[in-house]
Amino acid sequence: FFSHIDVHLELEERLAKFMRTEEAIIYSYGFATIASAIPAYSKRGDIVFVDEAACFAIQKGLQASRSNIKLFKHNDMSDLERLLKEQETEDQKNPRKARVTRRFIVVEGLYMNTGDVCPLPELIKLKYKYKVRIFLEESLSFGVLGEHGRGITEHFGINIDDIDLISANMENSLASIGGFCCGRSFIIDHQRLSGQGYCFSASLPPLLAAAAIEALNIMEDNPDIFQTLRAKCERIHKALHGVSGLKVVGESFSPSLHLQLEESSGSRENDVKLLQRVVDYCMNSGIALTQARYLEKEEKCLPPPSIRVVITVEQTEQELDKAASLLKEAAQSVLK
Amino acid sequence: MANPSAVCNGHLHHHHQKQNNLLKSGIYKKNGITKGMKKNGTSNGTLYKKTSIEQFEQAPMYVAVLTFLGFGVGTIFGYLRDFMRAWGLEKRNIAEEREQQKDFVPLYQDFENFYTRNLYMRIRDNWNRPICSVPGPQFDLMERVTDDYNWTFRFTGRTIKNVINMGSYNYLGFAETDVNALKTVTRELQKYGTGICSTRQEMGTLDKHVELETLVATFLGVEDAMVFGMGFATNSMNIPALVGKGCLILSDELNHTSLVLGARLSGATIRIFKHNNMQSLEKLLRDAVIYGQPRSRRAWRKIIILVEGIYSMEGSIVRLPEIVSLKKKYKAYLYLDEAHSIGAVGATGRGVVEYFGMSPDDVDVLMGTFTKSFGAAGGYIAGKKDLVDFLRTHSHSAVYATSMCPPVAEQIIRAMKCLMGLDGTTQGLQRVRQLGKNTRYFRRRLHEMGFIIYGNDDSPVVPLLLYMPGKIGAFARRMLEKNIGVVVVGFPATPITESRARFCVSAAHTREMLDTVLNALDELGDFLHLKYSRYSKASHPELYEENRLEFED
Repeated sequence: FFSHIDVHLELEERLAKFMRTEEAIIYSYGFATIASAIPAYSKRGDIVFVDEAACFAIQKGLQASRSNIKLFKHNDMSDLERLLKEQETEDQKNPRKARVTRRFIVVEGLYMNTGDVCPLPELIKLKYKYKVRIFLEESLSFGVLGEHGRGITEHFGINIDDIDLISANMENSLASIGGFCCGRSFIIDHQRLSGQGYCFSASLPPLLAAAAIEALNIMEDNPDIFQTLRAKCERIHKALHGVSGLKVVGESFSPSLHLQLEESSGSRENDVKLLQRVVDYCMNSGIALTQARYLEKEEKCLPPPSIRVVITVEQTEQELDKAASLLKEAAQSVLK
Repeated sequence: MANPSAVCNGHLHHHHQKQNNLLKSGIYKKNGITKGMKKNGTSNGTLYKKTSIEQFEQAPMYVAVLTFLGFGVGTIFGYLRDFMRAWGLEKRNIAEEREQQKDFVPLYQDFENFYTRNLYMRIRDNWNRPICSVPGPQFDLMERVTDDYNWTFRFTGRTIKNVINMGSYNYLGFAETDVNALKTVTRELQKYGTGICSTRQEMGTLDKHVELETLVATFLGVEDAMVFGMGFATNSMNIPALVGKGCLILSDELNHTSLVLGARLSGATIRIFKHNNMQSLEKLLRDAVIYGQPRSRRAWRKIIILVEGIYSMEGSIVRLPEIVSLKKKYKAYLYLDEAHSIGAVGATGRGVVEYFGMSPDDVDVLMGTFTKSFGAAGGYIAGKKDLVDFLRTHSHSAVYATSMCPPVAEQIIRAMKCLMGLDGTTQGLQRVRQLGKNTRYFRRRLHEMGFIIYGNDDSPVVPLLLYMPGKIGAFARRMLEKNIGVVVVGFPATPITESRARFCVSAAHTREMLDTVLNALDELGDFLHLKYSRYSKASHPELYEENRLEFED
């Protein structure tokens, strides 16, 4: 009601300008962003094709929307095409219904659970071929990928208007709290009245909005931090390749990668315990690590247990090397 | 009849006289209870320790007829304009789909947007007004004008200063920018920064969170508490963790969207009982216990009752003693959402549990938000230690959502310490008392003027009924001209015939501010014919009252 402060307006304008879209809308909590955006457009009876490795927030958004969900194998475009073709044959049987069912594809730019990117150019081709809209979730790739940090669309050089909705949370790269959705006004304006996390919830404290604006300033003033970050990611990626007993999962330019056990011991509990010993060893020697946590009963496709390794641009090369060598030591002592 | 004198107690000693009379007459000796004066109440002799008056007056019939007529005219004009837009006779102002995507399935059904396009657009300037100062008892609004009937807005760059704020949930007045008060918050900001960048279970639990949780538990008088980053998300992510398939949720008709969303996401069966109606709830409970699950006739795994402390659209307070006795009788669990009532009701601001004089052990899950009375953001769940430990491992928010940021946690700590008196002053208690005084004064004066007000006399949320759609826009605009900011609500947040203006009284409002607002309301009420109440009191009841009390004895 009276919670739209001028700082919010400024943040929305800055985000829209940074991402080169028409409009942006701010949510006060990162989880609620995508979990409110999906049900605002996709209702009962609509069809959503979603990747298996989608994060929990997307799963909750889909559950709240009550639409038909079709999972396709992670990053497997042929599987997705097969599902789309099946849908097309269904449509031909019932053209009147097909004219009113909306279709969406929900993917993430940089997947949190596996650390790799989605093949966006092929997705765009599929979009126009089968007339499906794309919702892109850029929580990890915003501020990481692309020459100026604009995310995966800049990374692949795609026109941002081709993506219907980009949603991201500001809790990763911008180190604030909250999330935003950006896109064309036609799409974003709808959320102002029907996004549940927007209408029925308090807005972001001005402190955090100002922090986000400041972070955007830093991002715009120093475009070379993205290059530095990428170089550091590649460095640690290479350094961790030699760790015995653990394999590295994730792209070389992803700042968040997973270390999974090369050979699982058979039971998830034992795996988790083993990894926890590695983590404890590292914690005692000065490296803070954590295991990736999941709610085991609630996830649709549970990823295997892993250690989450995250890099920031402020860590020096010595620190990275030290971390890598310590991890090697830990893995050797625990997993032998 | 005791009703008029209790409702408009002109002078304080009148009220005391009434209490003394009761004492003398010995009713107090029985169990400390007098009659509950609720319009739809049953005799509930021993449960309520004090009188609590709730009123939901019905409007005269002609008002309902005129409201429907108003909506009808709006709809007809809406169809007319849609017709003209389709034929190109009128400009299309709304944003359009991309050229390349014209043959995609349309994103919005035409009818869904009918209400938005035609009725909401006309009065859209009353919502989403941007402000440029802290939302305290007075604030500054950014002036905006529209050149094309609310389709787009343009900021003139000027600000309207010192608008009295009757719309923010600033119940205890903690939304302030006093530098001394915020000293600790700035210190924490410099120490911790703003972002956490991790979830509670991974790397996101700070010592600040632990400190805050122990403080919340002490404040409420429970064993343990857990805090979350967002109030809405607290409900929608923890109810699914607590109940699942095979459980039964009994939720009030007018529950907030976050409770409804959490209930739906959990997968349990949901049954709705009429608002604050204990017979309806008891019937549902009996049916649930007798018949069990719908097809298998097995007993329900869990029965949980979802209610709120104060309902923000009605201003009514939940009938907690009756619900607790029902829950004990039928062995159900109780989930109490105190979003609006924590800090706002109760002798020391501890919520509805204290207001009714009950023990917090009676409620299984105490939930609340810090957004309203504490001037921060976030929510908490409190209760027995087993419950909170379970949530720490199984809540969706603990595993996937970021935790509260440290400066916000510090703001809550300082506000709570102030309320509990731990910072050495009695400021907290003063705020609570001031809020109570302001609430009672405001409500009494509005009753005297003859407006229809919903809700309990002790709730700081005051809905004033407007009914007709045309008056919604007129009311809000004219109040803004008088430098008072109000919130008006219409369909779909309220039933279609009951549009209202909702006032939120704050401890930071002074008597002068309230008087300004009341005088403006008086004028506007006469101008717009808003004084529908059939029980309007004369403005000078004193002489009348003296005589009546003497006769009663």
